[in-house]
Amino acid sequence: MNASFSFSFSAMSVAKLLPLCSRFAFRRSVCTSQCTAMVSRHGNTKRIQGLDKNVWVAFTAMAADPSVVNLGQGFPDISLPPYIKDALVQAVSVDKLNQYTRGFGHPPLVKALSQVYGKVCGRPIDHLKEVVVTIGAYGSLFNSMQALVEEGDEVIIIEPFYDCYVPMVRMAGGKPVLIPLRPKSGQKPTTSAEWFLDPEELASKFNSKTKAILINTPHNPIGKVFTKEELQMIADLCIKHDTLCFSDEVYEWIVYRGHQHIKIATLPGMWDRTITIGSAGKTFSVTGWKLGWSIGPEHLIRHLQTVMQNTLYTCPTPLQEAVAQGLLLNCELMGRPECYFTSLGEELEVKRDRLAAILREAGLSPIIPEGGYFMLADITPLSQDLSHMASDEAYDYKFVKWMIKEKKLAAIPVTAFVGEESTKAFDKYIRLCFIKRDETLDAAEAILKNWN
Amino acid sequence: MGILIRNLVTASQCTAALRKFPKKIMSRRLNASRTEGVDKNVWVEFTQMAAEYNPVNLGQGFPDFAPPQYIQDAFCEALRGGPSMHQYTRAFGHPRLVNSLAKFFSGIVGHHIDPMEDVLVTVGAYQALYCAFQALVDEGDEVIIVEPFFDCYQPMVKMVGGKAVYIPLRPKVEGGDGAMSSGDWVLSADELASKFTPRTKAIVINTPNNPLGKVYKREELQVIADLCIKHDVLCFSDEVYEWLTYDGAKHVKIASLPGMWERTVTVGSAGKTFSATGWKVGWAIGDGPLLKHMKTIHQNCVYHCATAAQEAVARGFERELELFGSSESYFRQLPATLNRKREKLAMCLESVGLKPIMPQGGYFMITDISSVEVDLNDPSTKDESYDFRFVKWLIKEKGLATIPVSAFFSPEHGKDFDKYIRFCFIKEDSTLDAAEAILRKWNTPHDV
Repeated sequence: MNASFSFSFSAMSVAKLLPLCSRFAFRRSVCTSQCTAMVSRHGNTKRIQGLDKNVWVAFTAMAADPSVVNLGQGFPDISLPPYIKDALVQAVSVDKLNQYTRGFGHPPLVKALSQVYGKVCGRPIDHLKEVVVTIGAYGSLFNSMQALVEEGDEVIIIEPFYDCYVPMVRMAGGKPVLIPLRPKSGQKPTTSAEWFLDPEELASKFNSKTKAILINTPHNPIGKVFTKEELQMIADLCIKHDTLCFSDEVYEWIVYRGHQHIKIATLPGMWDRTITIGSAGKTFSVTGWKLGWSIGPEHLIRHLQTVMQNTLYTCPTPLQEAVAQGLLLNCELMGRPECYFTSLGEELEVKRDRLAAILREAGLSPIIPEGGYFMLADITPLSQDLSHMASDEAYDYKFVKWMIKEKKLAAIPVTAFVGEESTKAFDKYIRLCFIKRDETLDAAEAILKNWN
Repeated sequence: MGILIRNLVTASQCTAALRKFPKKIMSRRLNASRTEGVDKNVWVEFTQMAAEYNPVNLGQGFPDFAPPQYIQDAFCEALRGGPSMHQYTRAFGHPRLVNSLAKFFSGIVGHHIDPMEDVLVTVGAYQALYCAFQALVDEGDEVIIVEPFFDCYQPMVKMVGGKAVYIPLRPKVEGGDGAMSSGDWVLSADELASKFTPRTKAIVINTPNNPLGKVYKREELQVIADLCIKHDVLCFSDEVYEWLTYDGAKHVKIASLPGMWERTVTVGSAGKTFSATGWKVGWAIGDGPLLKHMKTIHQNCVYHCATAAQEAVARGFERELELFGSSESYFRQLPATLNRKREKLAMCLESVGLKPIMPQGGYFMITDISSVEVDLNDPSTKDESYDFRFVKWLIKEKGLATIPVSAFFSPEHGKDFDKYIRFCFIKEDSTLDAAEAILRKWNTPHDV
């Protein structure tokens, strides 16, 4: 509804109705129609027109049924590292850590981040000017869009994409330009490494209006870990067309044997034009802590800081203190097997392989991810008849809803992560999350064993 | 070899040049225009100064004592509440928290609050305000802001392309010998009415008011409500200090007035309620159709808030619901404690010749400094308003931090109010004593 339209009946007649309304005991029910009409010029603003739908709202509700084995939404049901929980309990006990901290990031945390990422990137990072702490990586994506994208700008987004990318670009007034990852023609992929961006197709998406490209590596939902050559191709285009790069690297520590996470910001010419986004939730298996960060050059980060100080001002203090402790501890241990940045990936590789085996046994075709904690499964081999489901939703949506209801197993339909034009290419895939306890995977196995 | 050295020299000169004059990344605009003109921030500026000079800090508004033990315990209990406490919860508000908020406030507002439809949990009251402006104010809409105002309202209106229309609270009694109260600062009904136009979308009020401490009386809120209803305007009511009232002043929720529930967004804060500003848990309560649009902003902005912090706040409200009205209620104990500090600060300021305005609510006190004669000769502040210069001088030279009150006024009215500074009194007695010592020492004849 457009907020700038006004209604034809007079405000005075409404004012006369109201004293009558207030005399009724059940004010709400009697007044509803008048009151709704009265405030209906107060609909949503233009900036959020059409942005109210959200895949999680539908599927989280469905999967909340405790009898459903939930491999849908991406959060761990494994325990968080005990030292990080202890760090938070300790932080809450310190009086001043219950009060406001520095708006752009709690000093111990931004220092720890500059230490960890300085080491990883091989360059000094100014903890005051080149780091900003946000409410989850989600908040960093939001800050980046609001700070650097506006009407007239195009932002290239790779499909499948984490679903908030498109609405965030649109809310900032920008135009999303989509490009899908594709398997090599004629080939059926079995791993995430077999999905590619076509170089010519990618180059064709860049033009004078392109403000940024948004990449995600390791990739959700496919699990692709972009190689140096692939990132170089993207970097070359960014430099040629003078665009920015927003790099969502929340799963950076979850990379399996034989693969390496590369930061596009470390490629020549890229530091000055890249915002790199990370997540405490994904790093320490604490998605409910909602802390993330953006790292980049001062001339970009300062605009994210401006957005921060005009939206929520500061992030929770004790949580930031605890994450700082966790980062410092693991920074010391980097390269050693006890380092959580290494051990989590090892723990998850076992689960990854286990889920893949379970899926194969059930007749599904898993796409083995190189990184992250999601796995796609090709549901074509099941040839599940869903003609009884009358809706015009894509096949994978119907399949997942059917699977939750009939089989008590939750996953996420992959077309939730693509634009309309790519629906057909992805509607036979579902996404399963494997950062789950063995008991959860056992339960999933039991369901899939008894599929037929 | 000579060529190599020459190249090395050239390369290092280039690098030096690049560092000094970093290459322009983009020939067209880099930052979005919504970030223009909203980059200055009084808190960033003064928090930095406080960190640098380490003064006795009566500046930024946060307690320098602990939150109540039971709420710290509630957070620790939440953390030990199993793995789900550390993972995503419901995006629009953790169920236990929205249920406890709805239950707690339904009685006070006099209207059934649906926990799922009428409540949105946000990252502090700050983000609730952000969602309200973004969801409900379009480019070109006018928003009436009552001055003095919490400074974020102005840039938030600017960022949505709205037009801020200011109306100041004015002291009823000019000068006079009696101590002035925040209750003496009032809106002119005629002046207020004149600010409403067909383009007015919302009015923002803050009661108890920061920095003044005014607690709006029911009759005053009725005047505002009548205009909102007449002109079909929304009301954003910032009530973060709702539990802190003194001298029998009663906090009244404008949403409880007839015809106002459907058009009011009421904003609250766990940080201010439980003296835990660093938790950053806040909420908006209002009619479903309004909250629905705020939820759309929220789901495209941060989406979820921290689970364990919300669980702890829920437990806090459950306890307070049981103890409501009793002497063990924190909502009774805190204002009683602060009342004593309020009186202590006022006496101290008066004894050194300053003129405080006694706040009826909140935990700030503003003081007229026009009687103070001091040579502000700091060249770095020469273009700033008097109170900004005074406050910076006070930090650097006397080691005492306060906040300049013109920061809470519009540019057009700021100069009429640049002889006031704001003190925060939710501080340990030792902090207030230290401030008193500085002020007394300063007041002695040989020390200027």
